[in-house]
Amino acid sequence: MSDGKRGRFWGSDAASGLGLVSPTALYAILLLGAPLAFVLIASFMTDGYLEIIPRFQWCNYFGECASYKTLDGVLTPTQKYRGAWTDPVLFSIMIRSLTVSLLVTFLTVLLAYPMAYFISFNVAPARKGIWLFLITIPFWTSYVIRVFMWNAILGFSGVLNSIFLGIGLIDKPLDMSFTIQAMVVTLAHSFAPFAILPIYVALEKIDRSLLEAGQDLGESRFLTFLRVTLPLSMPGVVAAVLIVFIPTIGDYVTPKLVGGSKFPMIANAIEVLMLKGDNKPLGAAIAVSAMLIVGAISLVFIGLNRRFLRGPQ
Amino acid sequence: MKLPVMKIYAIAFLIFLYGPILLLPLFAFNDSTVVAFPLKGFTTQWFRAVWADADLWKAVRNSLFVACTASVLATTLGVFAARASTRYVFPAKGAVMGLIMLPLVLPDMIMAMALLVVLLSLNIELSLVTVILGHVLICTPFAVAMLTSAFQSLDKSLEEAAYDLGEGPISTFYLVILPLVTPGIISALLISFTISLDEFVISNFLGSKDKLLSVYIFGQLRFPKNVPTIMALGALLVALSVILLTLAEYFRRRGIAKTGAKDTGGFV
Repeated sequence: MSDGKRGRFWGSDAASGLGLVSPTALYAILLLGAPLAFVLIASFMTDGYLEIIPRFQWCNYFGECASYKTLDGVLTPTQKYRGAWTDPVLFSIMIRSLTVSLLVTFLTVLLAYPMAYFISFNVAPARKGIWLFLITIPFWTSYVIRVFMWNAILGFSGVLNSIFLGIGLIDKPLDMSFTIQAMVVTLAHSFAPFAILPIYVALEKIDRSLLEAGQDLGESRFLTFLRVTLPLSMPGVVAAVLIVFIPTIGDYVTPKLVGGSKFPMIANAIEVLMLKGDNKPLGAAIAVSAMLIVGAISLVFIGLNRRFLRGPQ
Repeated sequence: MKLPVMKIYAIAFLIFLYGPILLLPLFAFNDSTVVAFPLKGFTTQWFRAVWADADLWKAVRNSLFVACTASVLATTLGVFAARASTRYVFPAKGAVMGLIMLPLVLPDMIMAMALLVVLLSLNIELSLVTVILGHVLICTPFAVAMLTSAFQSLDKSLEEAAYDLGEGPISTFYLVILPLVTPGIISALLISFTISLDEFVISNFLGSKDKLLSVYIFGQLRFPKNVPTIMALGALLVALSVILLTLAEYFRRRGIAKTGAKDTGGFV
């Protein structure tokens, strides 16, 4: 296509692009954009009985609120509650979710890096596809069952206890199930491939001659890794951190099945408030707070790593 | 000589990844109602229990219906988005594609609750249709990702040749582009299908009494006596998904070979 033609068709190119993307875009706007906006608005509204009263207030986030009910045609306050950041229970749930997902992110990325490195540097090119395939297979089978299986592994008469007892490492079974640690291990397992793949892609992009140059200039293998490979693979590490961190904070199944509901996280709190508790504004405020927390931490993290993300100059 | 330490680590990591999956057949054939060691003996009674469970098969039918519908819709929407983003430059492209891909990183619970609150306030009754709406939302980004790589590996000169030979944009799409991206479409369908089948949170909160398989499984796990049956079901699901994934990978590779491009990566 010549430049003149491209210039003449510029307008229609943009138009056909927009036209073509519009069914998908409309779907996302109607079923994702609008509901998220609705949640944001609802988080500033007043809680009524089985309804949301359109009256603006801040107290779903900070301070004290009241739920209302229409009695004899008059809107009467029925029950007082505290906002998401003021209520000690809700605040501790947010802190717990954040702690768990930070731990999971750290553990997952730390474990995934050597695996990605192995596939990228130690596996013959023809067999890399098979290795990546091997890593993804377990993660396309029932998520609920996979999470539940960690009870069978970490439980009182579970696999680990049987093995440890069998080889005489311990005298009596360890109580590992229904703990925060069990939740962290389960989540780290659930998100492992999501961490390996971006790191692998970043490692694959590294020009191998740079590593040879490093070693030719007298650096040891380890220093070459530290000063060349690691900085160049940071975009993959950053992507892995975000891909693990953001969904983990909202996990619902693991606290239920592996935590034995003893350690609820944000998603469990949202469920209770939105449904059984019938306090949609407060539930919405927690959902928005969760998104703000992950958004803020992600932005800070990207900011801290921006010198690695600039790409080749 | 390469460091054997790395290889040992890689194998240990694979054991970690496969551990929970490999235990499924062990407990599925274990002659005990308790999912624990030591194993008691061989039985096929749990598979027979799977076969005889009418509620389970109803859930399977619901899941299959939802997964088929959702994967066709998600792939159709994916074709539009992937074609638009690989072929055209249009205003607000980043924002539009960002919103379409957002479900990849957004916690399911937040999407489920946001949709649920809107549906409830519009007085829309929950049914398999509302579940499908949610599933299409989360499957579309995966379909877009699969199809983007298919459209990217298209040789633009083939399309231009069709134009030069007098075909219009629509007939070119049907006659030239679509056949070339068919393998990509098939793998997008399979990936969406698998994701829909596996999805729990959205199925649970947007669903009605017509349960999907994942919701049924979650419910059964609360009753210890039903757990071995779920282990047998899990073993069957593992086998099924391995078959589906192998097919998906086969079609993806064939697609890349067909368009003459270099294989640049796997699933995600």
